[in-house]
Amino acid sequence: MSTTFAPLPTTASRSAAVASTTTESIAFAPTPQQAYLMRVGDTCLIHAQRLAEWSGHAPILEEDIALTNLALDLVGQARALLSHVGAQTGFDEDQLAFLRNERDFLNFTIAELPGRKAGRDFADAIVRNFLIAAWMNVLWARLEASSDADIAAIAGKAVKESRYHVAHAADWVVRLGDGTDESARRTRQAVARLWPYAAELFETDAIDTAAAESGLGPLRVALQAEWQAIVEPVFAEAGLAIPAASAFRSTGSRGVHSEHMGYLLAEMQTLQRSFPGGVW
Amino acid sequence: MAAASPRVAHAWDVLHDVLDPEVPAISVTDLGIVRDVVEHGDALEVVVTPTYSGCPATEVIEQAIADALAAAGLGPARVTQRRAPAWTTDWITPEGREKLRAYGIAPPGSCASEATSGNVQPIRLMARDVACPRCGSAQTERLSAFGSTACKSLYRCVACREPFEHFKPI
Repeated sequence: MSTTFAPLPTTASRSAAVASTTTESIAFAPTPQQAYLMRVGDTCLIHAQRLAEWSGHAPILEEDIALTNLALDLVGQARALLSHVGAQTGFDEDQLAFLRNERDFLNFTIAELPGRKAGRDFADAIVRNFLIAAWMNVLWARLEASSDADIAAIAGKAVKESRYHVAHAADWVVRLGDGTDESARRTRQAVARLWPYAAELFETDAIDTAAAESGLGPLRVALQAEWQAIVEPVFAEAGLAIPAASAFRSTGSRGVHSEHMGYLLAEMQTLQRSFPGGVW
Repeated sequence: MAAASPRVAHAWDVLHDVLDPEVPAISVTDLGIVRDVVEHGDALEVVVTPTYSGCPATEVIEQAIADALAAAGLGPARVTQRRAPAWTTDWITPEGREKLRAYGIAPPGSCASEATSGNVQPIRLMARDVACPRCGSAQTERLSAFGSTACKSLYRCVACREPFEHFKPI
């Protein structure tokens, strides 16, 4: 059976196509409720992108599979939330994920911090995964009572997935923290690098207040005690000290990101930017 | 609930043979994801509850359902999603569990009361009641919390030495 292939586009024709489309970013002014959901959805998406960097590179095959499975769940959760926002704003999930500019992403900075490709340690991936998974677990449980029935339904599924994420991440935090001198040293370093960024997970601003008043979801600060109740016993078992609080506050959830975010988006968005509307 | 029309009953029969693409031992009805089949004049609506948020099989399953109903002359059919209540492995039928076991996948234990029992252990959760699907031994150990798909983990039987997959309770 013979197959014919369409000729590959020439450099010139591709450049023309790219040049004519790369400027078509989407932008809109989200309501506080939409911004609240984008903070969560974008955090799921960006965290998944970082976890997926371990595909084919994790220290053991089982962990390679585990981290990408977690990423798959997170992408699914991001899709649900972004589709929900998109339905209200006239965009689809792909447009929201791949055609927004950096300033319009509202993920917490901790999710975008450098990962494997930037040479960061496996311990960083594990500690970040644990801190975010515990936060997500607490949040999803609250969102089951959201005044928005769709969000409550999404949370009803996600909370069960997040239990597995927390359990898996906690296992690894203990294994590394209570492992060899070397694994403990590197885990302590990861905690020191990441902990200051966890503070953003519990800030309060006008978006949270509006979301809480409308019954959409809780104030972030209301999650802190439950989050600590998950994190502290695991750190104790792992022999890791909880770092002292600092005045540093990251600002990703206000759209002001670290210097690492642009590179992440460039990689994540390149296909849709180069081939607008492309589907599998 | 009114008695199902012959067309709806026939549709359920067809759905009993639509297999899960990731676990082709069991059908979508064994899996418990088909929540309803409704006749709207000309068209059939099949209501499906997705398994995992990120399950890549969801769209394939929806297409397979629509294709199977069309092939049986029951179309046009459309598949809609119902997220709440969330799918749980408790909805896998007894026949589905037996098919999983025969296929070499240890079926999930019950999690019906996980949210209210007080036995919830979000930390360090590990099923300890997984019997080997081949020899039935309870002497098994977990190799990996995650397996070839999001819904499974990897185990090994200490008695017969066979590795096997376990369908996670969720």
